[in-house]
Amino acid sequence: MTTKEAFAKAKEEGRAALIPYLTAGFPSREGFLEAVKEVLPFADLLEIGLPYSDPLGDGPVIQRASEVALRKGMSVQGVLELVKEVRALTDKPLFLMTYLNPVLAWGPERFFSLFKGAGATGLILPDLPPDEDPALVRLAQEIGLETVFLLAPTSTDRRIETVVRYATGFVYAVSVTGVTGERERLPEEVRDLVGRIRAKTPLPVAVGFGVSGRATAAQAAVADGVVVGSALIRALEREEPLSPLLAEIREGLYPKEPV
Amino acid sequence: MGAWRLLGVKMLRLPDFPLPNGRGRFGPYGGRYVPETLIPALEEVEAAYLEAKKDPAFLEELEHYLRTFAGRPTPLFHAKRLSAYWGGAQVYLKREDLLHTGAHKINNTLGQALLARRMGKKRVIAETGAGQHGVSVATVAALFGMECVVYMGEEDVRRQALNVFRMKLLGAEVRPVAAGSRTLKDATNEAIRDWITHVRTTFYILGSVVGPHPYPMMVRDFQSVIGEEVKRQSLELFGRYPDALIAAVGGGSNAIGLFAPFAYLPEGERPRLIGVEAAGEGLSTGRHAASIGAGKRGVLHGSYMYLLYDHDGQITPAHSVSAGLDYPGVGPEHSYYADAGIAEYASVTDEEALEGFKLLARLEGIIPALESAHAIAHAAKVVPEMGKDQIVVINLSGRGDKDVTEAMRLLGGEL
Repeated sequence: MTTKEAFAKAKEEGRAALIPYLTAGFPSREGFLEAVKEVLPFADLLEIGLPYSDPLGDGPVIQRASEVALRKGMSVQGVLELVKEVRALTDKPLFLMTYLNPVLAWGPERFFSLFKGAGATGLILPDLPPDEDPALVRLAQEIGLETVFLLAPTSTDRRIETVVRYATGFVYAVSVTGVTGERERLPEEVRDLVGRIRAKTPLPVAVGFGVSGRATAAQAAVADGVVVGSALIRALEREEPLSPLLAEIREGLYPKEPV
Repeated sequence: MGAWRLLGVKMLRLPDFPLPNGRGRFGPYGGRYVPETLIPALEEVEAAYLEAKKDPAFLEELEHYLRTFAGRPTPLFHAKRLSAYWGGAQVYLKREDLLHTGAHKINNTLGQALLARRMGKKRVIAETGAGQHGVSVATVAALFGMECVVYMGEEDVRRQALNVFRMKLLGAEVRPVAAGSRTLKDATNEAIRDWITHVRTTFYILGSVVGPHPYPMMVRDFQSVIGEEVKRQSLELFGRYPDALIAAVGGGSNAIGLFAPFAYLPEGERPRLIGVEAAGEGLSTGRHAASIGAGKRGVLHGSYMYLLYDHDGQITPAHSVSAGLDYPGVGPEHSYYADAGIAEYASVTDEEALEGFKLLARLEGIIPALESAHAIAHAAKVVPEMGKDQIVVINLSGRGDKDVTEAMRLLGGEL
């Protein structure tokens, strides 16, 4: 299934697409795969995080998850194998979220080719503003990976115009000025940000950061997709089942229904 | 190039160096590898800085505080006994250790705090390792009546209790960071996360020539007062520039401050520029902080530079007896100098640095910071090979008071 089809399917069903995020190797290699199996029935697309030593854009929950995964031996090779295993379970679009340095360490061409070969649909690069390295972005696209970049409430219209020029697949709108983590409410400006992005690109827009339950999901559902990360990781930390949380969030994705 | 009125000449100017380019690049190094939330803030800081740099009122104010609060200009001191001991070139020490708060850090924190005030930001944040930059930021925040939060790794909070107390005394809030290796790198991550969250009200005062553009440029410009003074002092004292300049390199701010005013001179006029990294327990042990000596090119804290990381790109913790050099990366401009052959980079071990520490204390009556002791230790290898009519300037970037407890622990039995 292509990214476009995944968003279109959700739209037909009158809701925003659900994009769960899980850190590869958390709470363990097997625990991650079990979590994937639990989220897949709810997921339209899936985001897999490559654990990194210095995750600048992440709040404490995903930081802890990355630390645990690395401590338990998760590696780039290990993530590659996990992506292959997840690909065997589903044909839904799989996005790898990775900071830039692991890409540079493996060599961009090798890194991109291997993840493409493993079945990744695209990349989310949170610390690469695309105009910093247009050649790298082009390389990923030539290898057949979609390139997703983040935009934030602080992004100016000029900045949005620049970033969407490099985007394929979808555009990731950060709901808050802040790092990843659960919030009780999203700021009202998220609606404005989604509108400003839509004015510059025909690509689907997904809102992430802070979605933790039905109310925040409903706020985020002004977009075409909603990313849920920290709330899932937190549930895994507490060894709670993911399905009730996902079911609750899914209810919030139908924007026209009263919340 | 700028002439600083601090030396009794003309109007203060911040120098215009040929690099970085408009995108903050020194060759391939530098750039702006940060989450998108920060990009507009970085553009704003850059625009405000470039405007301030040309504003006589800003420059006059900066000069006023550098002179009357920080204690500039600093002397260029002829270390005669040390010169005689090494039996080679004449050794001069640039006495940044005499500045208020005890190190060169204040050159930069004054500049950035004045810029923050100009931009209407009432809250400043900073990262600190040993606490020197943190103390310096807490100091200027008190001076200008700003709210101040300093991030410091839990491990460093434990090791540097005195500096934690100093910062609190100055009215700053110190937030211990429990993530990762609990040192400077993690404190920097947390400061950046704070900035991402409070970007509209907060100014981030970064302490070294690292981080996203415009920080490496801006910190370099503020620190270049060191080299500009050395230029003028050399012309007055010797009628020419020195033959070699030596400085310790962690992130690289004191070294760039000394080097930059000389680095872009034509090759024949340029002194030998020697940066000294921390080899810790030895480059072969993996426990060191020599990013140029033993690192690879990569991205950390917003900048493409030489960096310590493993085969997967995971950043590896740095190690040095000197907490100020304990950083796994080195500024983009140094990375560029190294590739272009503009400066050479060496490293000395913890043990050699401690020898330098003792040597300067005994021969010149100056207890250097352990950072600066690295420069002394490497000079011990270079100076004896030089002629007696040659001149070497070593940047004595900080004083050693902060390191005395650690040195006592390490050397106690020997004295």
